Amino acid sequence: MKKLIVLILGIIYSGVSYGQQSDVIIKKDTTQLDEIIVLGNRNLSNYRQEKTLSSIDNYLEKSNRVTMIKRGNYAWEPTLNNMTSERLNVTIDGMQIFGACTDKMDPITSYVDVSNLKQVTINFGQEGTENGHNIGGAIDLQMPESKFNHSGLKSSVDLGYESNGNYKTCGLELEYSTNKFYLNTDGIYRKSDNYNAGENKEVPFSQFEKFNISTQAGYKLSNNHSLDANIIYDKATDIGYPALPMDVSLAEAIITSVTHNYKSNLSYITSWESKLYFNTITHIMDDSKRPDVPIRMDMPGWSDTYGFYSKLKFTANKHQFQFNLNGFYNRSLAEMTMYPNDSNQPSMFMYTWPDVRTLYSGLYIRDNYTLSDAESISTSVRFGFHNNTIAKDEGLESLKIFYPDLTNSKHRFLTSVASNYHLEKENYHLSLGLGYGERATSVSEGYGFFLYNNFDNFDYIGNPTLKNEKSFEANMKANYLFGNFKIGLESSYFHIRDYIVGEIDASLSPMTIGANGVKIYTALDYASIFDIYLNSSYLLSKTLSINASVGYNYGKGSNNEPLPLIKPFSYLAELNYNTTNFNAALQLEGNGNQSQYSSFYGENETPSYGILNLNFGNIFYLKTNKLVLKYGVENILDRYYSTYADWNNIARQGRNFYINTSFVFN
Amino acid sequence: MKFSHILPILFITLFSASCSTDNDDDLIINELENLIKVQNLVNDTHTIEVYTKSGSFYTGYNAVSLRIVDNTSKSYIENASINWMPVMQMPTMQHSCPKSDVLKTTNKKTLYDGYIIYQMTNTDGSGWSLTINYTIDGITYVVTDTITVLQSKLQNVSSFQGSDNKRYVIAIIEPTKPIIGINNLVVGLYSMETMMSFPEVENYSLALDPRMPGMSNHSSPNNTDLTYSSTDSMYHADLSLTMTGYWVLNLKLVDAEYTVLKGEDVTETNTQSSLYLELEF
Repeated sequence: MKKLIVLILGIIYSGVSYGQQSDVIIKKDTTQLDEIIVLGNRNLSNYRQEKTLSSIDNYLEKSNRVTMIKRGNYAWEPTLNNMTSERLNVTIDGMQIFGACTDKMDPITSYVDVSNLKQVTINFGQEGTENGHNIGGAIDLQMPESKFNHSGLKSSVDLGYESNGNYKTCGLELEYSTNKFYLNTDGIYRKSDNYNAGENKEVPFSQFEKFNISTQAGYKLSNNHSLDANIIYDKATDIGYPALPMDVSLAEAIITSVTHNYKSNLSYITSWESKLYFNTITHIMDDSKRPDVPIRMDMPGWSDTYGFYSKLKFTANKHQFQFNLNGFYNRSLAEMTMYPNDSNQPSMFMYTWPDVRTLYSGLYIRDNYTLSDAESISTSVRFGFHNNTIAKDEGLESLKIFYPDLTNSKHRFLTSVASNYHLEKENYHLSLGLGYGERATSVSEGYGFFLYNNFDNFDYIGNPTLKNEKSFEANMKANYLFGNFKIGLESSYFHIRDYIVGEIDASLSPMTIGANGVKIYTALDYASIFDIYLNSSYLLSKTLSINASVGYNYGKGSNNEPLPLIKPFSYLAELNYNTTNFNAALQLEGNGNQSQYSSFYGENETPSYGILNLNFGNIFYLKTNKLVLKYGVENILDRYYSTYADWNNIARQGRNFYINTSFVFN
Repeated sequence: MKFSHILPILFITLFSASCSTDNDDDLIINELENLIKVQNLVNDTHTIEVYTKSGSFYTGYNAVSLRIVDNTSKSYIENASINWMPVMQMPTMQHSCPKSDVLKTTNKKTLYDGYIIYQMTNTDGSGWSLTINYTIDGITYVVTDTITVLQSKLQNVSSFQGSDNKRYVIAIIEPTKPIIGINNLVVGLYSMETMMSFPEVENYSLALDPRMPGMSNHSSPNNTDLTYSSTDSMYHADLSLTMTGYWVLNLKLVDAEYTVLKGEDVTETNTQSSLYLELEF
């Protein structure tokens, strides 16, 4: 139906999925070619997924149009189409979940691990409104489906080591299934010391430690009905953020859900899935490990979300319908306590998120209509009702300093419409799309109170009076196949009305010591964001292939200033060698000079860079058991570099030797 | 918080057990809600009960409530007219301080109230005495006793000389319970006409610049300057406090002819005005 990138994640655990994954590894370049056949549903460049035990962040980063903003070595913030969290809809298996950090130190991708998930679905722009409204796109981290496959007990063990940062990972999974019941439990533990940037320069405060355990169980009530329950507990401690003035002593999430699946005997109902869920996040920012700070402070935050969805799919003649009725209720609270250097003075306290309650309910409908064997049109709409309420009087009074007439509640209606045309022929495929979407303000944009952003060194004040941000978008994608040569072009353009951004208010005095001033969230009349990628691959022989990709991005506001965090010219080239049980790849990736940087929004010019990576993979079979080995070197030349997406230009990892091993016992 | 509610009730329970039961218990409790006795001033005929919210006098603004008990009948006098004179004895001289008239408290039967602004005290709380002159049914009585005035931790009152060579006293009256948000700031300004007379100053204004010295002296937005209100003869302004903690309210006193009498603007080099009040919450 659309530009949909499915990223097959750590299927490292079950024997069945191992089989699939090794297939993927082996058929790397053919998967590339498969893209034409699986219309609009292409696998993420698998050739770039060299590590089985990569974090989700690493996996996401391998996608062309996803860039991870790094504030450290942990909890990277995904961006799609050059847009960050507040313009995206990030969900875990359709469940809304919101980070509890006012400074975006805990994107929700940091609260799950590869062991919890089956795949990540990435949709761009208004194609991604299945679970909620967005401007830039959606990322859905999908958990494995029910496995009533009568396979008995299975287990697997994973071990990983990386030389840079002395990074250790281990994982364990147990799975038991019958025809009526299954239980799957897994755990993963990661610990890294400070990593070294290129030229052996240590990056202080870049350590982290985390573990994640999850259990999923299902029971088949009847042939038509089954129930699944899932709980994920994720706890990270001692996380350093070298790009920020504070670290995190605790980031903890409990994510639970109960799902009902209905399989109809009627042929036209494809599936009907309903879920109730709850998740809670505690995030404790502190600076107790920093030797030298102007003032000591604690900044804890909490986010709780309750929600449901009910998704129904059915077919009627040439129509494939999909419905999603969903709703959630979120509570976001964050506070800041500062301890004056003069101990006679009392501590200073404020609510940075004044206990904002968000209630949303909406309906999504999509119809995929088949015009002919080669052509189809898919249309989707989402309508939603959105309400924000400030629950704490103290918080309301705080914001009344800036907005004297503020009331504690605000309603919004949100609309999203998208339509795509697909043409699929033997040697080429084409898709063209148009969309319109709206989004509400994020909690920080609407209600944040003196949130310090060390990127531009300003304090930010939320603005509850902001209008909905509106996006008009157009996108195209085309792939052509000439024998062993494949070339693809994809491009999208967003014209965003009432583009929300911070604007300096010179009359205000910053709260943060040393800050340049205060910005109030306001809206530009419009902003334009454009991107274009050219991908190509060439099959030299059955085992040898070359891939290359170049990309260009552009973003400008109506004030004629470049937007921040717009990716400069980027390139990737790769040479692959694959046999059934072995693969090797040599990669060159880099960015051009960031000439369109936005000094207006606090960016500076990031110089060009290029790095070389080399990776290998082996599979060994021992009776029914299996051993998968992945090893390689990243940044072979030990380049010292940072990219435009590295917060305050913190340097990326230098040379890194790694090995991942997985044992699967059947 | 709860304790301060319970304490007066406890006190009254004890009190009513020890004196006449002529008065309705409910009335007494209602009358003394949120008040704690500071002390009794006793003469041959009457006992004057002195109350404040805290049960003590502090430097700065004190809202004071009084009750007059007839020593013989133990009943409360509801028709007295009262005036008062707090005096501080210094080594070489004595002086008073700004104070209001004493009026019958509205909606209360037995209480009279007013305020006293003590601009200073000795470190041990000594030095002050309070004289109360009151008239009941045409007969004038007087009672005097020493009182204890404790030093407030913060500078909530300031006594200073203006560029016009007059002496002034300024004191913060509201907010008594500051909030994060916009507070209604009320300040009293008095000129020291004589050692014993401190009339309210009318129609001046005060520039307001609240700062947090603990946080690189940042200010807060949308404050207004203090202007005179003839309704209550005090100065009012919007004071926005963006967080809890220690705040310095930097002030600049300007007379009706726009002459600066005291105080300076806060700048990079001058972190505090010479005229300021402090606040903490």
